[in-house]
Amino acid sequence: MRHVLSILVENEPGVLSRVAGLFSGRGYNIETLNVGPTLDREVSLMTITTSAPEVVIEQIIKQLRKLVTVIKVVDMNDHMAVEREMMLVKVGAEGEKRAEILRIVDIFRCKVVDVSSDELTIEATGDRGKLEAIIALLQRFGIKEIARTGAVAMKRSMQ
Amino acid sequence: MELSGAQILFECLKREGVDAVFGFPGGAVIDIYDEMPRHPEIKHYLVRHEQGAIHAADGYARATGKVGVCLVTSGPGATNTVTGIANAYMDSIPVVIFTGQVPSPLIGNDAFQEVDIVGITRPCTKHNYLVKDVARLAGVIKEAFYLARTGRPGPVLVDLPKDVIQARTEFKYPRQVRMRSYNPNLTPNAKQVARALEAIHKADRPLFYVGGGVVSSDAHKELTWLAKKLNVPVTATLMGLGSFPGDDPLWLGMLGMHGTYAANRAVQECDLLVAVGARFDDRVTGKLATFAPGAKVIHVDVDPTSIRKNVRVDVPIVADCRETLVALKAQVEAAGGPETLRRKRQQWTETIKAWKIDHPLTYNGADSGEIKPQAVVETIYELTKGEAIITTEVGQNQMWAAQFYNYHKPRTLLTSGGLGTMGYGFPAAIGAQVAFPDTLVIDVAGDGSIQMCIQEMATAMCYNLPVKIVILNNGYLGMVRQWQELFYKKNYCATCMDWAPDFVKLAQAYGAEGYRVTDPAQVRPVLAQAFGNGKPTIVDVVVSREENVYPMVPAGASLHEMLLV
Ligand SMILES: Cc1cc2nc3c(=O)[nH]c(=O)nc-3n(C[C@H](O)[C@H](O)[C@H](O)COP(=O)(O)OP(=O)(O)OC[C@H]3O[C@@H](n4cnc5c(N)ncnc54)[C@H](O)[C@@H]3O)c2cc1C
Ligand SMILES: Cc1ncc(C[n+]2csc(CCOP(=O)(O)OP(=O)(O)O)c2C)c(N)n1
Ligand SMILES: [Mg+2]
Repeated sequence: MRHVLSILVENEPGVLSRVAGLFSGRGYNIETLNVGPTLDREVSLMTITTSAPEVVIEQIIKQLRKLVTVIKVVDMNDHMAVEREMMLVKVGAEGEKRAEILRIVDIFRCKVVDVSSDELTIEATGDRGKLEAIIALLQRFGIKEIARTGAVAMKRSMQ
Repeated sequence: MELSGAQILFECLKREGVDAVFGFPGGAVIDIYDEMPRHPEIKHYLVRHEQGAIHAADGYARATGKVGVCLVTSGPGATNTVTGIANAYMDSIPVVIFTGQVPSPLIGNDAFQEVDIVGITRPCTKHNYLVKDVARLAGVIKEAFYLARTGRPGPVLVDLPKDVIQARTEFKYPRQVRMRSYNPNLTPNAKQVARALEAIHKADRPLFYVGGGVVSSDAHKELTWLAKKLNVPVTATLMGLGSFPGDDPLWLGMLGMHGTYAANRAVQECDLLVAVGARFDDRVTGKLATFAPGAKVIHVDVDPTSIRKNVRVDVPIVADCRETLVALKAQVEAAGGPETLRRKRQQWTETIKAWKIDHPLTYNGADSGEIKPQAVVETIYELTKGEAIITTEVGQNQMWAAQFYNYHKPRTLLTSGGLGTMGYGFPAAIGAQVAFPDTLVIDVAGDGSIQMCIQEMATAMCYNLPVKIVILNNGYLGMVRQWQELFYKKNYCATCMDWAPDFVKLAQAYGAEGYRVTDPAQVRPVLAQAFGNGKPTIVDVVVSREENVYPMVPAGASLHEMLLV
């Protein structure tokens, strides 16, 4: 099953390669990986999404906790959580295609962030399902490029 | 007072109680070596190859339980330790490795003798550091020793750029370590301990399966007490040998691929497996699907990743082995003492006894006129009465040393279990001999393995370390040849050692003693002479060439599917 793991790590050089090396060295897969600062300057937050059987997920979490620079690991699947990912999509938008694309942008509450005579760059935010839906709908116009941030997640206040 | 990085290093080592450092100098650590003569409390042992330094530090650590220390230069000095670091990592041995590094401003520049040793050793150290500021040096060293010896022990590497070693700062050794991200849990959950005790009491066919964690946590006394009082037989992994007396009736011998018949049958037929400080390695379990099929499993391990990694566990206890066994003992006593909890389990006892009698460890051809390698190990045991420290190389020699020598005390068998590093035994013996100058230290060696770190003969000579190397010389990379014989239609490709040095002359070339034995009758007298001569010695014992190690569970088979003699 797919799990979203929030990993608080010491903000120091090499910490990303410790975590990434753990996944590659032990043959775990990383679907998405996102790293950013937190309120505490000495701590970074990594969000990793990975898919594996539950026993393997258990090992992944234990192995992560064992890394000396990892402070805390939360499996968001154990909680009510909000999950979001942002992506930029560049689609071909010549002639009458353009209006149709803009309608999709509107329905999904995306934003157009760059325009040229024959292309539109769209910014979309949402959970994975929504982003996949957008991609599926834009496919037929010709997607030229996609850039995705990977998921970030947060526990809901009410659990 | 302001001290240089090099001075700080020595001050820290003293505060950590380090009395021996195994090392090899070079440009990046020359300032450390420049400082060294001013600290005679710390004795430096100059090896002949950095692999020797790390294995010696590892052997020192296994023999003493203290942290072993190794010091090498940047680049090739550092990379030469990698095998030994991985070796210590696999067997959870506490060592701290100091590597020199090019000056910080040059890092990343492909500078002379620069290598990213922190990157290279990330997957085979418990943790590692690149020290970028001399102000952090003392703190890092303190953490390194703390990490190496606590929780699940392991190697920690500290990379020291040359400018950091030269820089000066006020020296203050932190009194304690506080790391928010590292807090191994040592104390067992009392409820889990109670569940474990109840399960042991209820079990009709219980079995202790103990490993390296019992050795490293010094839990052998508690283990022995519990096993005897509660009448539970004991088997151990290769790493656990010595944690239960090898002559006790409850002792079954080692389990696993080359384990005893009784131990492996007992695992397969027990109804409760009490795993203490053992990690269900594939050499131990054989085919996982059929491993201990009828057993409930209690698993005590300080490292949560060991638990449920390979087998399902009914009563997990994440804690230190010793603390857990102490807690178990206390609960036994609280419950009215062992008399109330001890069960006779006559049938189980009888069954095990029969297995032991019907299929003891044995070999054919004792009177064939050839020297049997197993007999050599038996003779070593008889001559030393189990009082020696045995190290091994890797292969058949290692398995015979495990099978035919009775270990009564922990830390008397030093062997490369997880990585299986040929070349480990001799430098490890040097490390052990440094720690225990008056104890007989014997490397049970193979003719192949011994050639991998033979250069350390000079180290043994130089420091008067009277280590004995007993080569079970079969002229083959025997363990691989055995596999080729059994599973590859005797296609002995690249396993015959067609050319070997004259080991007697080799010993003599170093100024050591050398003996060759070809006659079975000479084994005992020559070994006795070697063990008594007070000098580094090689005994080259020419043994039957195509002897195999049995029992053997073929790779992928179930534990009870053993090939026997
Ligand atoms: C040629 C060859 C053949 C081999 N054949 C066999 C064989 O037949 N049988 C066999 O047993 N082995 C054999 N081995 C060795 C095998 O590969 C493993 O190294 C060994 O089985 C592992 O032993 P262990 O489970 O005791 O684990 P170790 O590697 O010693 O690990 C110790 C475990 O205890 C835990 N621990 C450490 N300290 C503590 C503490 N203070 N408190 C609690 N837990 C702690 C650790 O987390 C770890 O899980 C062979 C090796 C070679 C090279
Ligand atoms: C460094 C290293 N290389 C290769 C191996 C694979 N290997 C395992 S046992 C063995 C044979 C060892 O031969 P020898 O030292 O003569 O011991 P024997 O089995 O003959 O007793 C080999 C090559 C290893 N364990 N370590
Ligand atoms: Mg050999």
